[in-house]
Amino acid sequence: MSSDTVKVDFHGLLGRFELNAQFEVPARGVTALFGPSGCGKTTMIRCIAGLNHMNGSCSVTGDVWQDDRHFRPAHRRPIGYVFQEANLFPHLSVRRNLMYGHPRTSEPSAIGFGEVVTLLGIEKLLERSPRHLSGGERQRVAIGRALLSQPKLLLMDEPLSALDQTTKDEILPYLERLHETLKLPILYISHDMAEVERLADQLVLMRAGRVLAAGALRDLQADLSLPLALSRDAAISLDATVIAQDAADGMATLEVSGGSFLLPAEPLRIGDRRRLRVEADDVSLARERPSKSTIVNVLPARILSIRSQSDHRVTALLGLGSDGTGAKLLSRVTERSWKELALEPGLDVFAQVKGVALVRREEPAA
Amino acid sequence: MTLSADIWQPIRLTLELAATTTVILLIVGTPISWWLVRSRRWWKEAIAALVAIPLVLPPTVLGFYLLVALGPSGPGGLLAPLWGARTLAFTFPGLVIGSVLFSMPFVVQPIRNAFEAMGERPMEAAATLRASPWRAFWTVAVPLASPGFLTGAILGFAHTVGEFGVVLMIGGNIPGKTQVLSVAIYDYVENSQWTEASVLALGMVAFAFCVILAMMLIEKKMVRAAS
Repeated sequence: MSSDTVKVDFHGLLGRFELNAQFEVPARGVTALFGPSGCGKTTMIRCIAGLNHMNGSCSVTGDVWQDDRHFRPAHRRPIGYVFQEANLFPHLSVRRNLMYGHPRTSEPSAIGFGEVVTLLGIEKLLERSPRHLSGGERQRVAIGRALLSQPKLLLMDEPLSALDQTTKDEILPYLERLHETLKLPILYISHDMAEVERLADQLVLMRAGRVLAAGALRDLQADLSLPLALSRDAAISLDATVIAQDAADGMATLEVSGGSFLLPAEPLRIGDRRRLRVEADDVSLARERPSKSTIVNVLPARILSIRSQSDHRVTALLGLGSDGTGAKLLSRVTERSWKELALEPGLDVFAQVKGVALVRREEPAA
Repeated sequence: MTLSADIWQPIRLTLELAATTTVILLIVGTPISWWLVRSRRWWKEAIAALVAIPLVLPPTVLGFYLLVALGPSGPGGLLAPLWGARTLAFTFPGLVIGSVLFSMPFVVQPIRNAFEAMGERPMEAAATLRASPWRAFWTVAVPLASPGFLTGAILGFAHTVGEFGVVLMIGGNIPGKTQVLSVAIYDYVENSQWTEASVLALGMVAFAFCVILAMMLIEKKMVRAAS
């Protein structure tokens, strides 16, 4: 297992901050480090980069970067690092910034200059000075610079947090393309759940210098013992396949394990993989299939477990399908209706899904 | 009005001394500045204070100690035989040593400020791009701190040109060997050679004006570059 994972174990004090955090995640796709500000995400990622030195160990795809006896300095670790602020070299042009970490040896590099420039849409900026770029352009150049150093692991420390919403929306598609096109594991720090739901495959949940849980995004979203499932906008991300497309009324059918969703969407190709997001507040429960309703998505499901909340509401974990073994959903209902319908774990119900959102293109099945 | 022909001798000597001193100070001052910025040792401020001491010390005090140190019975007396001299006092190398120590803060301070203003981020970014500390220093830190180097060089040069007390103490006043401009002016006045004295003095005023003007222009450029 450890030969294709990112395995991290840090403990100790840095200044007055105490970190005691371990996790192991697959070295593929996007792993989001998620938690409130000041929970140690940045310290963690800086330790992985070798910019900070804290007791512990760190190995990436079987390569030991740090253990009790060894500490490999930052410049010998095959990483790419994207800082919160772009941190471009102001005395170099965009092109020379991009080339700064590019290996000089002319072996056919995995990530080519032209490829990166096109991917990030920075063709027109190459001869400019970083001083004359907008915040979004700067961050794109910083991402390109990190990619061209041919990293084996890309570390991104809230690369969007210093940007306004418009600029964020401008960069997110590039990050998604990155995720689709390059087989490069990414560790991505964020305190914005919407960003995580859009980009991440795995999640490392942090709180006050500790790791609460690490695993696949949808597993952690569905874990009722974690704060995520109880938060105000708790939701589940589902990876779905397009199985039908009705051009006449603009609806597409997307299949997940144990059920399918019908939703209005731009024309999609059959077989495409997309990510859906279903909020707990948008899922209500019925004991019988409603006969007449404007809600188009009514799916058979089984109540797997529940958790009561302090605000007289109940969050239930559902398994789709008549036997409850399909994809998981969260449903949030009031305690009162819960009692009126005599709902309980193990019961077969119908999940009425009021809203489904398409969040991003899913990478082609590996 | 006739100027005495050897008026050029102190000018040439002064320029030679200032140029040598500046070059040595850039070579010695850069690692010191870098260390002062990057080191986390508690006693680094003590070293910084030591470097800055000439700012407040009467030049004659430093000159006195240097005279003792460079003289035949000090460490200078051990070094001097290497090139066949008996002592470093009252020699050009002695003047250079004195000027280097005395002008050190004027070079170290601007370079240190420039390194500090740069922050750690550019060096970290370079490290994450696989640049060794050595490569990062030359390709990132030095270019980013270049206004500091320019300021330091100008100040070091100008301060060495204007020095009087230290050179008088350890160099004496030997025409062609250790008699620099500021001492020469003093000498001319003593001997009532007012013409020579005023020519040199006026030259020094013009020089000082140019230096200050250059400094202000560099500073203005730095502010513009930073924004």
